[in-house]
Amino acid sequence: MNEFAGGQLIIEIIYLVASALFILSLKWMSSPTTARHGVWAGELGMLLAIAGTLLHRGMDYQWIAVALVLGTIIGVPLGRVQMTAVPQRTALSHAFGALCVTLVGTAEFYMRTPDISRFMMAVLSMEVILGSLTFTGSLMAAGKLQEILPQRPLTYKGQNLVNFLLLGFAIVIAVYLVLHPEAKPLYPFMVLIALAFGVLLVVPIGGADMPTVISLLNAYAGLSAAAMGFVLNNKLLIVAGALDGSSGLILSVIMSKAMNRSFTNVLFGAFGQVQAAAAGAQEAKSVKSATAEEAAAILSAANKVVIVPGYGMAVAQAQHKVRELYDALTKRGVDVRFAIHPVAGRMPGHMNVLLAEADIPYDRLMDMDDINGDFPQTDVALVIGANDVTNPAARTDTSSPIFGMPILDVDKAHTVMVIKRGMSPGFAGIDNPLYYLDNTLMLFGDAKAFAGSIVRELTGGAHS
Amino acid sequence: MSSSALINGLFIFMLAGFIGFEVIRRVSPLLHTPLMSLTNALDAIAVVGAIVLVGEHKSTLSTILGTIAVVAATSNIVGGFIITDRMLKMFKSSRPAAKS
Repeated sequence: MNEFAGGQLIIEIIYLVASALFILSLKWMSSPTTARHGVWAGELGMLLAIAGTLLHRGMDYQWIAVALVLGTIIGVPLGRVQMTAVPQRTALSHAFGALCVTLVGTAEFYMRTPDISRFMMAVLSMEVILGSLTFTGSLMAAGKLQEILPQRPLTYKGQNLVNFLLLGFAIVIAVYLVLHPEAKPLYPFMVLIALAFGVLLVVPIGGADMPTVISLLNAYAGLSAAAMGFVLNNKLLIVAGALDGSSGLILSVIMSKAMNRSFTNVLFGAFGQVQAAAAGAQEAKSVKSATAEEAAAILSAANKVVIVPGYGMAVAQAQHKVRELYDALTKRGVDVRFAIHPVAGRMPGHMNVLLAEADIPYDRLMDMDDINGDFPQTDVALVIGANDVTNPAARTDTSSPIFGMPILDVDKAHTVMVIKRGMSPGFAGIDNPLYYLDNTLMLFGDAKAFAGSIVRELTGGAHS
Repeated sequence: MSSSALINGLFIFMLAGFIGFEVIRRVSPLLHTPLMSLTNALDAIAVVGAIVLVGEHKSTLSTILGTIAVVAATSNIVGGFIITDRMLKMFKSSRPAAKS
């Protein structure tokens, strides 16, 4: 190892400390009681790393200062968005991270070629291809989540073939550049193709698959940052990129398992193909419905209630009414817990954040695996805005497109109540046999309004 | 990058990958959303590469690209830490039932 110049040694030591702080930061995230320390450790590490970087010799600070101030001005409002907007904010920040990596990679390419080693050029290509496709892919995801773009998957024939050809083409250019780094004019084409690929990768993906996609884009962003660490020979960047990459990868695996997709299925971006097999012949099956008054009577007579929230609760902004319902029932001595499916909502952990925002204690929020065994002893399972994750067809019906997907066994509860706008099938277009069971009561209406009416009934019905 | 530096880098990547895997596997699903916003903020450490690029001022192109990169990464750092902390503040344990 060559000797560092005096200043460089200090910077490297600071980076070492920052790396340790980053690892501690993630370690403390393991429990809600220590998680905020994790944020502070991360902030301290970041502050040290930036301060250390500014020590580099011969720096011109003018534009750095401008950029840091501008970034802060943009960053503060992005940190203050509504909790319901967190999924699109996350997608947007993946896009920003990938943009940074791509731009730095591009600048390095033009500064270093043609005197660049083959290995370095290969890593740089990987950095830029991953960065570009993550940038546009994340922008598309953010657009879909913000509903600027249609949430429905846009599919056409030969989609996968087109995508593979595009990616293949970008890789061919990358390989050519590795062998002939002087072929600079080819570089922009590689970037453009990767950008186009990112758009086409996310276009066919529906809203219900967003948790997997966001996790995967998270992993890509981390890997591209790690590649950038190799290009710049910056160990801190390699560490942070590896941490972020493994985090995204773990979340992708958890999400794909929760949707019963194989991991390769996820890696190759084959999402959102469930829609094709929509329910065919609809027999006129009968459902039982109930009013808010009846629902309140059943709930107050129960000992154990499990509430199952889904994306519909987020759309209706019903989480605060749900909290009132929780309070009213708890006051009557009813044991109320929440069952959270890993892919409920639009990103990993989405429901937990919304319910925590509504002040529901986190020890009442149960994981699918922890609560599924309790449904047979549950008096009432109240489903609010969730559909496919409660569909018993996933357990029994081999012809169902979601067969094999782990679900919340709400149908095993003594009584099931489902708040739903109407009988339309869920996002994936799959009929839900849960609604026709003898122990199921449908509560037709807007989630927020209906939960509100139940609360009024429970608290005395003064205004009814 | 010399080949020894490359091997060092690969070792670091491998070890950090395993640490990341073991540490993040233990994160409760309860906190998956704040986890993602936190790793996102940490990932914006890429800002250090961009800062050096701008500071060295080697060409107009590198300064322009670097400046945009610093803006993008800084907004991730600031926004990511703020929202993570806001989310974590909301997670409270069971308390004596508040008056409603």
